[in-house]
Amino acid sequence: MMVPTLPLIGFAGYLLYGQYLKEKSAGLLASLWIILSFFLTLILFFQLNESSPAINVHLFDWINTDDLNIPFEFRIDQLSIIMMLLITGVGSLIHIYSTGYMHGDEGFSRFFAYLNLFIFFMLILVMANNFVLMFAGWEGVGLCSYLLIGFWYKDHENNKAANKAFIINRIGDLFLLFGLFLLYKQFGTFIFSDLEQNIAGSMSSPEILTFITLLLFIGATGKSAQIPLYTWLPDAMAGPTPVSALIHAATMVTAGIYLIVRSNFLFALAPLTNEIITFVGLTTSIFAGVIATKQNDIKKILAYSTISQLGLMFFALGLGAYGAAFFHLLTHAFFKALLFLGAGSVIHGLHGEQDIRNMGNLKKYMHYTHLLFLIGVLAIIALPPFSGFYSKDNILSLAYIQSPIWWIAALFAGLLTVFYMLRLYFVVFWGKERMSQDTINKIHESPWSMLLPLLILGILSVFGGWINAPELLLGNKWLEHFISPIVSIHPSHLPHSTEWILMAVSMGSILLVAVMTYQKYVSKAHVPLIESNAKDGSFVNLIRNKFYVDELYESVIGKSFLKLSQFFNSIFENQVVRRITDGTGQLSLYVSENIRKTQNGFISYYLFAMALGVLGILTIFIFFAL
Amino acid sequence: MNDVTQLQDQLRLVPLEHYVFLCIVLFCIGLTGVLLRRNLINVFLSIELMLNSINLLAVAFSVYYNDPNAQAFVFFIMVVAAAEVAVGLAMLVMIYRNVQTVDINALNNLKW
Repeated sequence: MMVPTLPLIGFAGYLLYGQYLKEKSAGLLASLWIILSFFLTLILFFQLNESSPAINVHLFDWINTDDLNIPFEFRIDQLSIIMMLLITGVGSLIHIYSTGYMHGDEGFSRFFAYLNLFIFFMLILVMANNFVLMFAGWEGVGLCSYLLIGFWYKDHENNKAANKAFIINRIGDLFLLFGLFLLYKQFGTFIFSDLEQNIAGSMSSPEILTFITLLLFIGATGKSAQIPLYTWLPDAMAGPTPVSALIHAATMVTAGIYLIVRSNFLFALAPLTNEIITFVGLTTSIFAGVIATKQNDIKKILAYSTISQLGLMFFALGLGAYGAAFFHLLTHAFFKALLFLGAGSVIHGLHGEQDIRNMGNLKKYMHYTHLLFLIGVLAIIALPPFSGFYSKDNILSLAYIQSPIWWIAALFAGLLTVFYMLRLYFVVFWGKERMSQDTINKIHESPWSMLLPLLILGILSVFGGWINAPELLLGNKWLEHFISPIVSIHPSHLPHSTEWILMAVSMGSILLVAVMTYQKYVSKAHVPLIESNAKDGSFVNLIRNKFYVDELYESVIGKSFLKLSQFFNSIFENQVVRRITDGTGQLSLYVSENIRKTQNGFISYYLFAMALGVLGILTIFIFFAL
Repeated sequence: MNDVTQLQDQLRLVPLEHYVFLCIVLFCIGLTGVLLRRNLINVFLSIELMLNSINLLAVAFSVYYNDPNAQAFVFFIMVVAAAEVAVGLAMLVMIYRNVQTVDINALNNLKW
C-alpha cells in the first residue's frame, strides 16, 4: 500500500540527502509526501462505505514459526480509514505550518525527517491487522515523540523532558506487552479478526479477560497520558510547537483510545475494567482540569487540557460509548491542533515568549490568529454550533443514561475546561499589553504558510461536529453508522425532552462560567502575575505546583529505585559480578604467565614435546580406541 | 615371474618379526638422534634414518602380503625425503653463514 510508504520514502530521503537540500525545497518536499498520501487515503475512503468488508493487504510474513504466525498485513476498514484520514490530513496541515514555524532553524530538514517518520509509524499503528504490528507502530511513534521532544537537544532540560516521556511510556508499554502475551496465551492469535472469533467461541474466565484488558488499559494510559502515567505530557511541551500539536494533541496521544476502540470486543466482556476506565478517565479529566486553571505557560495549559480531554474520552470508553469517544477524538484532534498551532503562532509572533503573564491584548496585533484561536476556544468549551459541542454533548447524554452522577462529574470537568480555556484566551488576547515595549514593536502576524493550516483547521473545528450530529439536531449520526462494523452502535434511550433539558443545563452552566471568567479576567483585569505574588491559600499553591505529583513520583519511585540500584551496585555488582569478571581475567593472566615459560626457544625441547605428544596419542589409540 | 617368486622366497627366509624389530630399533635410534644430538647435520641424518626405517618396514610388509602398493608409497617417501634434504641443507648453509655454527641450541631467539 502506498499510503504509509510515502512518508517513509520522505524520511529515508532526508536521512540521506537532508543536508544538501535548501530549506524551502526541504519543507515543500516533506509536505508533498504527506499530502500525496492524504489524497491516496481520500481515494480509498470513497471506495469504502459502512457495509463494505475490511480490506486486508498482505505484504509479507513477518514472523513465521510453527505455532506463531504474524503477518505484516494491513487492515483497512472503517475505523482505520478515518484514523488514516485524520493522521495524513492533520499531518499535512502541520507539515505546511512547520515550514513557516521552523523557518531558519538549523535542524530544519532533520525536523521534517522525524515528522515524516512519525507519520509512517502512526499509519502502521492504525493500519496494522494484528497486535504485534500495531505494537511496532506504537513503539515507533514513541521513538519519534522522544526524538522530537528532545529536538533542541542543546538544552539539557529538553533532553530530560524527552527522557521522561520515553521512560514513562516504556512503563506503560511493558504492561501492554504483558497484556499481549496473556492474550496470545489465551486465544492463540494476534490478528484482530481471528481474535474476535476466538473470543466469541471460547469460554475463558472473566477474571483472565479483566486482567488482560486492565493490562492493555495501563498500556493505553502510558501513551494517552492518563493517571498515573500522565506526567510526561506537560513536560513534552519542550518540543517545537507543531510537534506538540501533531503528536501530543492530535494523533499519538490518541493511540490509547484507538487501542481500546479497536479491541472493544475484548473490553465489552470485562465490566470491571470498564468501571476502572471510567473512573480513571473522569478523575484524570477533573484532575488535569484543576491543574490547568493555575498554569501560566501557554503550552502547559494546552497540555493539561489535552490530558483532560483524553480523560473524557476514556470516560466515554469506560461507559461503552466507543463511538462517542471516537467522535470526540476526531473533533478534539481538530480543535486542539488548531489551539496548539494558534499558540505556536502567538509564540512565533512574540519570538519565543510562552508565559501568558507576559502577553496581553494580542487581538490588537494578530487579528487572524486571534480569530482562529477564538474558534478553537469556542469549540473546546463546547459551545454550539462548534464541533466540540456535538462530541461533548454526545458523551454527556450517554453518561446521563448510565447515571446522573456521572453526568454531573463530566459536566464539572467540562466547566473546568471552560474556565481555564477562557482564562488563557482572555489573558493572552485581551487586557493590557504586558510585554516590554521592545517586544511590542517586533510583534508580527505569522506568514501565510502558518495561517492557511490554521484556517483549514478552524473550518474543521466549526463544521467537524456535523459528521456525527444526533437526530435531535437534524443530523444522522453518520460517523457512528460508518464505523458500526467495528463498533456496535450504542442505542440512545433518552427521550428528546430530557436531552433538551440536559443540553440547556450544560449550555447555561457553560455560559455562566464563561461570564464569570470574563468578569474576572477582563472586567477586573485580573492578571495571574499578581496572583502568584499574593499569599494564596494552601490549596491554590497545591494546584499551582501540580499537586506535587512529579515530586511524589520522584521521592517515592525515583528515590527508592535509586536506593535499590545503589544496593545492587554495592552488593551484587561489586561483590559478585566484579569478582567473576575480574577473576576470569586474572586467572588467565596467571596461567599464561606460568605457561609461557615452557616456550623457551630450544628446538630440541620442542621436538621432545612433539615426540612425547605423538607417543601419547598412540598410547591412547592403542589402549582406548582399539 | 619366476625370478620374482624366487626373490620373495629368499626375502621370506628372514621372519617378518625380525624386520619389524629392526625397523623399530632403527626408528628409535633416529628419534634419539633427533632429540639428543645438537649438531644440525646429525639431526638431519637421524631424520633420514627414521624415514628409511619406515621405508624398510613398508617394503617388508609389501613382500609378506604380496601387495605392491606399499612399494609405490616408498618411492613417494623417497622423493619427499630428497626434496626435504635439498631445502633443509640449503637452510642449514644459510644458518651457518648467519650464526657461524650448526649448533641447534644456538637458535633460541624465538621465544615468549
